[in-house]
Amino acid sequence: MFGLLARRLAAALPTLAGVIVVTFLMTRALPGDPAAYFAGPAATREAVEEIRRQLGLDQPLWVQFGDYLADLARGDLGLSITTGQPVLADIAQRLPASAELTLIGLLIAAGFGVPMGVAAALRPNSWVDHLCRVIATAGVSLPTFFTGLLLVYVFYYQLGWAPAPLGRLDAFSSPPPQVTGFYLIDSLLAGDIETFTGAAAQLALPALTLGIFALAPIARMTRGSMLSVLSSDFIRAARAAGLSGNTIVIRYALRNALLPVVTTLGMVLSFLLGANVLVEKVFAWPGIGSYAIEALIASDYAPVQGFVMAMAILYVALNLVIDLAYQAIDPRVRIEA
Amino acid sequence: MSQPPLLSVEDLSVEFRTRSGTVRALEAISFAIARGETVGVVGESGSGKSVTAYTVMRLLDDAARITSGRIMFGGLDMLGADAGTLAELRGRELSMIFQNPRASLNPIRRVGQQIADVLLRHANVGAKEAGERAVALLAEVGIPEPSRRAKAYPFELSGGMCQRIGIAIALACRPALLIADEPTTGLDVTTQATIMDLVSELGRARGMATMLITHDLGLATERCDRVVVMHAGHVVEDAPTAALFAAPRHPYTARLFAATPRPGLALSEISTIPGGLPDLRRDDLPPCRFSTRCDRRRDACDAPPLPRVTHQGRLVACHNPL
Repeated sequence: MFGLLARRLAAALPTLAGVIVVTFLMTRALPGDPAAYFAGPAATREAVEEIRRQLGLDQPLWVQFGDYLADLARGDLGLSITTGQPVLADIAQRLPASAELTLIGLLIAAGFGVPMGVAAALRPNSWVDHLCRVIATAGVSLPTFFTGLLLVYVFYYQLGWAPAPLGRLDAFSSPPPQVTGFYLIDSLLAGDIETFTGAAAQLALPALTLGIFALAPIARMTRGSMLSVLSSDFIRAARAAGLSGNTIVIRYALRNALLPVVTTLGMVLSFLLGANVLVEKVFAWPGIGSYAIEALIASDYAPVQGFVMAMAILYVALNLVIDLAYQAIDPRVRIEA
Repeated sequence: MSQPPLLSVEDLSVEFRTRSGTVRALEAISFAIARGETVGVVGESGSGKSVTAYTVMRLLDDAARITSGRIMFGGLDMLGADAGTLAELRGRELSMIFQNPRASLNPIRRVGQQIADVLLRHANVGAKEAGERAVALLAEVGIPEPSRRAKAYPFELSGGMCQRIGIAIALACRPALLIADEPTTGLDVTTQATIMDLVSELGRARGMATMLITHDLGLATERCDRVVVMHAGHVVEDAPTAALFAAPRHPYTARLFAATPRPGLALSEISTIPGGLPDLRRDDLPPCRFSTRCDRRRDACDAPPLPRVTHQGRLVACHNPL
């Protein structure tokens, strides 16, 4: 187990090196002059040049890259020109917000998608199957910002069930003492039920938006996988042994059918990380998606690089978790590893 | 026979709806199995042996339709029984072992647990006792170190071992009838004999009836009290093994014997059966589905109905038997 972890982490190193090089080059190649932006519209040419020198942007590219690497090695991702904060601190503060949103979104998607897929597979071409297909197709067809706005319109503006879409907590609550950075967990750890319900209420609509988006791939994958498992020899043998319907569907079929679904989750997560950016905008969610967009618009290199790095690390970590989950389900993989 | 048979299949017909037409997989087949009796069902691939087995188990897939007939098992009308009754019956009174032993086991569940699942379902025992009995069953089917093997997954065991697990699952609740669908086909030759010995031995000890489905007439005559010969969805001959072996009456049975290798017979003397099975999707299937391959065919063979004559306990479906 430990050996596998070490090997997988080692295998991720070239990926991360690639990400470092590409993000560095890409942000330099983008149009826009950060020195000019930072200096402001009223600055003189000399002032802009001065700032350019301060930022090290007058150096040759390879020198800039060397500086960048040296900073990285020290855990310094640079300063954000827009917020004036170290990028690492910004990301550390905002990443939990995005992670909480994405994971809850995924949980909603899996929580509805897997049962939907199972129900559809048990009665293929029945009305249940068609209903699941319609819901899944609609979910994936609507752009997330539109679903988000629709939910806000219905549940906040019309029905008044949801709080205003203004971030992780309403203005009158203070965040729980930080342990994990996930408000839902931290508030429970602090025993603060009021903050917990407040955070959950804020989280409901954006997480639902992401969940609806990710429902389709999970439901479709579960359905297809269940159908093929249900027609396999060992299911027929289990029926020949007279096992009960529940045992056959859940313990025999579903556990086997989940293997490809777990693999799909990795892909779905990467979709979600992308979709996050727009959803954070709609719900004024203080996550790293909106942070990166603002930085990109301002030609603020350091946060964009930091963002891409954080995403790459997150992605590598998630895939590792998925590999471990796969092993927990499938004994055949355990042996090979 | 004074006692009613354990299983009786009467006039059973089964069709499959496929995109390219209706396959008449079984047509008016009848046979019976008495308590404790071992009956072989023999025929080449596509003759309807497995369809017969799955129909008796009521495990046919949705494309299949039972168009006529009656299946009685221990006094129960199997075709009229509801799903709950059938699930209670399967694994307890009526079990099955399969052609591909490894694929017939759940790949990601420990084999001991898979045996215990059946016991938990049918034997009215708790989890602990089910686990203990699973280990005992593993020992009974001749698996060395049973308590260690109970924790193994199917992929860690050989094909022969997997078939032993399949047998343990099938026999866990002491069924009255075991249907063995080509149980040794996927195994190597040395394992085949031991698996068959195991089935015969455990079957005899339990007074269990066995329906042995095989394409190997030699195996059937060696192991069975009676042999039912199937061809293209018909039962063409049904006779006690000794009588069948001494003098096959249906031309197809005779051909099968001639095509079966046995000691003292040179390879060049083993004949093949000309032609293939007729396309069972045809609307104009002849009454005798063997007629196009038969060298004893007469004009009468093309006139319906196909005679099914029972004489001295053996059935022959032929106009011109040997």
